Amino acid sequence: MSDTVIKAENLGKIYTIGHQGENGPYVALRDVVMKNARSFWRKTKDLAKGRPIIQGDTMEEVWALKDVNFEIQRGEIVGIVGNNGAGKSTLLKILSRITEPSTGRVTIRGRVANLLEVGTGFHPELSGRENIYLNGTILGMSRVEVKRKFDEIVAFAETEKYLDTPVKRYSSGMYVRLAFAVAAHLEPEILVVDEVLSVGDIQFQQKCLGKMESVGKDGRTVLFVSHNLTAVSQLCTRGLVLEKGEMTFDGESTRAIHYYTDAVISSPKQEVKATVADADSVRFLSARILDTSGAALTSVGIHRPFFIETKFQVPDHVHGTLVPNCHFKTADGLYAFIVNAPDMRPFEPGIYTALCKVPGNFFNDGMYKVGLAVTEYEKTSLKVHFFAEDYLTVTVTESAFDNPLRYGYRGPIPGVLRPSLEWTVEKTDKA
Amino acid sequence: MKNIFSSHTQEPLLVIEAGRTEKNYWADLWRYRELFLVLAWRDLSVRYKQTVVGILWAIIRPLLTMVVFTVIFSRIAKLPSDGSTPYALMVFAAMLPWSLFSNALTDASNSMISNANLIGKVYFPRMIIPSATLVTAFIDFLISFIILIGMMVYYRFVPGWQILLLPCFILLALLASWGPGLWITALNVKYRDFRYVIPFVVQFGLYISPVGFSSKVVPEQWRFLYSVNPLVGVIDGFRWCILGGTSPIYMPGFLLSLAIIVFFLWLGVSRFRKMERTFADLI
Repeated sequence: MSDTVIKAENLGKIYTIGHQGENGPYVALRDVVMKNARSFWRKTKDLAKGRPIIQGDTMEEVWALKDVNFEIQRGEIVGIVGNNGAGKSTLLKILSRITEPSTGRVTIRGRVANLLEVGTGFHPELSGRENIYLNGTILGMSRVEVKRKFDEIVAFAETEKYLDTPVKRYSSGMYVRLAFAVAAHLEPEILVVDEVLSVGDIQFQQKCLGKMESVGKDGRTVLFVSHNLTAVSQLCTRGLVLEKGEMTFDGESTRAIHYYTDAVISSPKQEVKATVADADSVRFLSARILDTSGAALTSVGIHRPFFIETKFQVPDHVHGTLVPNCHFKTADGLYAFIVNAPDMRPFEPGIYTALCKVPGNFFNDGMYKVGLAVTEYEKTSLKVHFFAEDYLTVTVTESAFDNPLRYGYRGPIPGVLRPSLEWTVEKTDKA
Repeated sequence: MKNIFSSHTQEPLLVIEAGRTEKNYWADLWRYRELFLVLAWRDLSVRYKQTVVGILWAIIRPLLTMVVFTVIFSRIAKLPSDGSTPYALMVFAAMLPWSLFSNALTDASNSMISNANLIGKVYFPRMIIPSATLVTAFIDFLISFIILIGMMVYYRFVPGWQILLLPCFILLALLASWGPGLWITALNVKYRDFRYVIPFVVQFGLYISPVGFSSKVVPEQWRFLYSVNPLVGVIDGFRWCILGGTSPIYMPGFLLSLAIIVFFLWLGVSRFRKMERTFADLI
């Protein structure tokens, strides 16, 4: 028996966007008057026909979502990934009835609760207690339901002491905790969540992830949008990839993330910078990430080593020491470290391939950006021949289920690196 | 095609489609009645937080307006009262429905914009928001009503049996505000110009409605036309209930006002329902 709870057929949403036409360097009063008269006439027509008024001279129709089809079964936890503007939020808004589709239809069985932000409708002047009732009702709970869960919500939020303080006096952490606590105690058949885990501190995020997992285990259906690919791979059983409003992948969540990192994130290449005049400089040719068997990849398991391969061409007239190097950054741009290759003087002219091995059990899970450069060192100064900044992207993935060092814990682990270090722990009976 | 939704029929089945008119909209509205109450309660409790005299504002405002109107229309313009009724009492009997109407209209028209974050983030029948503001206006009305009782005691004025019909006219005043309120609210979401129209309408309406004077002052041949203003019927009704026989209702005019109220109710509800589906995209 199929147990479909959400079925979307040919779903599409179109927005009309107005553009203000470019003004030339000289603006004639006549043109301005004409333009305003024309746009006033158009607005009057729109008003008469009851259409929304669009500012600007030219109009463009944008498909925020186009021809999206999927079926979701009961109890599935589905992650939706995609770049900004890919249509994720539009999809969630349609599913939660906030906006209606332009084409197609969705059939939903069961009560839907959505969490597009935490603390929807929180009023700063009201106390924590009052806001729990307000927010709970807005999210679709009945007053009796809120009353029944009140103590639980307060305990989850850890704000017992401040229940009668207006929430405008709350710290932002307390505010978010209270807001999420209310949302976490919803009991819908279908839960739609948008990016709410990006708020709050790490500990609280873990709590939230755990709560969402238990929701899924209860046989309820969860739709989850996030930029946090690790969270998606840990929580979700299935992933949908949206690109420019169209669904380009639908399948098992880790495969969806691989697809997304391969096809969507790594496609736009950064330009290559150089500080040395072109004819004399080492030329960057290509770079890839390889696994141990030499196959190109963009994501790798946390325990597995991988290689960064850089190809470059060395011209004549190089006097100093040429050193290839790799620059590692985290997804949010934090400079993690730089590694230099060993000295390999003299560099004959020709094409070279540099391989840098990154050991397994070294990075944390998540996305990293790799920049590649060749630098020439001469006495105490250096010259950068080329620098392909953030050229490669590698996603380190981890299945929370088979890492023994997690001891069963499945939430996120903070840090840039997660190296495997040597430990000795023994009983010494001495202070 | 086989129906994939055949099992678990006890769960609500929802179809979302472009331009689909919601069949169970009114049932939904009933289902969300708690949200209505909570939003009304929120508006009320937020309203007087961080104010010095708090709830007293609901007393001060109509009281001062009443004093000014009595001085201007009775003492300076020398307009006659209804029979032997004290002028101040006659003005206040009209102030009650007028402030109910103007407060409801003003609050409702701004309600969508001030709740924009809710509309963009959760679904509920949008009609709840402007309707909940009626409650705030109604509570203010009840407070003002206490002043009226005080004034009646002061003037030793005993109302007739007509006072028992007052609840009907209160309901009429609420309906008279609800229809235009919904319409203006919907328009205000789409065209923000209406924000500037409301204060103007309210100010203007105060002078063209028989608040500061008796509608008997209007020449007989114009009275029917004057009742195109729906507030004329409501105010005359209030005066009749509170002041009794000295302020009789002019029937043809009253029926016309009633028809206009019904028309605005239809217009408000149908416009609002038509536009509400696109609110989230516009706001």
